[in-house]
Amino acid sequence: MSSEQTTASDEADEPTPVTTGAESVVRALENAGVEHLFGVQGGAIMPIYDALYDSEMTHLTMAHEQGAVHAADAYGAVDGDPGICLATSGPGATNLVTGIADADMDSDPVVALTGQVPTDFVGSDAFQETDTTGVTRPITKENYFADDPDSVGDTVGEAFAMANRGRQGPTLVDLPKDVSNGETDREPGPPRTPPTYVPAETADERAVGRAADALQQADRPVILAGGGVIRAEASEQLGEFAIEHEIPVVTTMPGIGAFPEDHELSLEWGGMHGTGYANMALTMTDCMFAVGTRFDDRLTGGVETFAPDAEIIHVDIDPAEISKNVEADFGLVGDARAVIKQFAAAMDRSPDTADWCERCTDWKQEYPLDYHIEEDAPVKPQFVVEAVDAATDDDTVVTTGVGQHQMWACQYWTFTQPRTWISSHGLGTMGYGVPAAIGARVAADDDQTVVCFDGDGSFLMTCQELTVAAREQMDITVFVLNNQFIGMVRQWQDGFFEGRRMASEYDWMPKFDAVAEAFGAEGFTIDDYDDVEGTIEEALDYEGPSVVDVRIAPEEDVFPMVPSGGDNGLFALRGEHL
Amino acid sequence: MSREESEPPESGLLGPDPENRERPVGRRNSQGIRIDPETEATREPRRTTITALVANEPGVLSKVTGLFSRRQYNIESLTVGTTQNPDWSRITVVVEEPDPNIDQIEKQLDKLVPVIHTRELEREAVERELVLVKMDADEPDKVHAITEMYEGRTLDAGPRTITVELTGREQKIDDALDAFEQFGVREIARTGRTALARGETKTSIAPERLK
Ligand SMILES: Cc1ncc(C[n+]2csc(CCOP(=O)(O)OP(=O)(O)O)c2C)c(N)n1
Repeated sequence: MSSEQTTASDEADEPTPVTTGAESVVRALENAGVEHLFGVQGGAIMPIYDALYDSEMTHLTMAHEQGAVHAADAYGAVDGDPGICLATSGPGATNLVTGIADADMDSDPVVALTGQVPTDFVGSDAFQETDTTGVTRPITKENYFADDPDSVGDTVGEAFAMANRGRQGPTLVDLPKDVSNGETDREPGPPRTPPTYVPAETADERAVGRAADALQQADRPVILAGGGVIRAEASEQLGEFAIEHEIPVVTTMPGIGAFPEDHELSLEWGGMHGTGYANMALTMTDCMFAVGTRFDDRLTGGVETFAPDAEIIHVDIDPAEISKNVEADFGLVGDARAVIKQFAAAMDRSPDTADWCERCTDWKQEYPLDYHIEEDAPVKPQFVVEAVDAATDDDTVVTTGVGQHQMWACQYWTFTQPRTWISSHGLGTMGYGVPAAIGARVAADDDQTVVCFDGDGSFLMTCQELTVAAREQMDITVFVLNNQFIGMVRQWQDGFFEGRRMASEYDWMPKFDAVAEAFGAEGFTIDDYDDVEGTIEEALDYEGPSVVDVRIAPEEDVFPMVPSGGDNGLFALRGEHL
Repeated sequence: MSREESEPPESGLLGPDPENRERPVGRRNSQGIRIDPETEATREPRRTTITALVANEPGVLSKVTGLFSRRQYNIESLTVGTTQNPDWSRITVVVEEPDPNIDQIEKQLDKLVPVIHTRELEREAVERELVLVKMDADEPDKVHAITEMYEGRTLDAGPRTITVELTGREQKIDDALDAFEQFGVREIARTGRTALARGETKTSIAPERLK
């Protein structure tokens, strides 16, 4: 674009017509309102990058394609609209696989654009050829092989719309180089889903009426809020509904933030490492109003013992989720926000929950989340999480890796807003934290703080992405809760494998503060309780990426715990209960 | 510090032990269905036909079969072919699963973008399967008699082998194959079940916007 044109008024700024498939791909992304892209270059995707040269969209070059897809995933989770990642064919595309599967499990909106060898070479085992659509078919909501420069823009638009509409999820478009390079003057239209894809908006009124009746008559009702509540922007409706009818709220782990954890009706989150009171309520309830959850086994434990007294009302945008894992007595298919509104209108009275709420409060007294501090002993990780929470605002975005640190982060942080807890739930991907913090940083408001709690093992899987944060001077703070163990594995070995700590002990760890500095980030260390507050303050104040190596009590375990497939009501409070 | 030596925390996590907690009375089965413990009931598998109208485009079949394998549902048989509308194909799948899984299969199929409509067919649906059987030709008259009995046709008869064609409901085909067994069956090719709803009932309903 010439300088005369850029100085001309915005209205006069007619986009130049597209001439290639690649330009039409870029136009389609612009039509969808995309502002940021995360990716790694390579031969087969070069035409797309070339077309991006003239675009206003900003591109972050990541260190690894896994970083690109996790960043896009976290971007989508914070922003609400799909995050976009790009990779070249073959190894670039296969490096996306973990992140795509992760987005698929958590219904995160992501669009992956992959380069592919020219159409004539497809099927010939050409250099850097992989059957990308074949590899990603089971882990995408929908994927596409683009075979025509004229339609490739609309295909990308459709991929965007499919990732975004109904139950969100990852989509992928595989772009052969000849299609990207191919001539076309077809301008892509706005993003549109195919006519076969029409998610329900509202649920059947009569079914809503019957379910509302059941909830009104319940003695021990509980609301279970899943990640779908956040995705549907239904947190406010759900909160108002819970408060009006005085029904205690448990969230799933992906649902954290759907209801403020500092509200008296909040029982925080349930499942394997959820709170004792949440798990008691889930076990003893006689009517569960479950919204936007897929009843993952980390939440339910063994289904035989999950909410066995409860009639289950299940609201979900995806009909296939109803009665998939736990039979729903009332299945309501529709958008969570719309259905909660319908539900609120159908309730002509509130259930009488005074006694039940009191019991829930008693459980909070009996099973508080707590830990024991020993002076002159290494710092407890829970203390660090609480200290960072105290030092930051309510709208701080928290990302994590996977392991014990992830559980402490969500146990000891008080989440009060949706889209502030960003983690890998369904797939449990170690290494998610650092690239997710980068994606979250791009999506978050400038005055929002972004922190990452990582484990030493998890951090080492993707810490190279710090180079991106350093290059872009992104303000993120990573707390490596360094226990010199593959901690969660060590905990399971101690609990379920007679303490045979095969391959979980790290007798040598790099100096994480020095690692950070080598990558261009600021490094800090916390060794004892006296360091905690000051160092947290310093690291948070540092403008740019920083890493705090927190040397925590190495053998701290995560409790409460429901052993895999166990009974939520029988959660263990300490090792002897396992 | 080893696990044994560590004291339980002085504050918190000290609530009642698992055995001293309140317990619910209800129970579910392994399928997540709430049950009356007196009349324990798991839902037994049954054999049924699922039909799906799908867009006739590359990759549909792999999406459908991928869905079955990914979710560990066994396909007893599967047939595909075009319909009166060249843009659409019909897939007929026979499965043997308990009810909750049959329901899941339908919903998961419906979720696939190229799937236009899916449903389970009633028992009285019109169902047919085609089979080709090649067997030794030592006793041609007897083979012929049995072929006639099952309303089959001889497609190829030589000095060493006879190949016959049969169509019918699955049970009839199974019976016929049993009867042919005595002649030394060399090869069998079965198409799998294909089916349409009986009478005025529509097998699949395509929404107006797709017509
Ligand atoms: C990519 C990947 N590989 C393996 C695992 C299995 N896994 C789960 S937790 C864990 C240990 C995590 O160790 P660390 O990151 O140090 O965190 P900690 O548990 O010590 O907090 C492992 C290996 C996983 N979740 N993801």
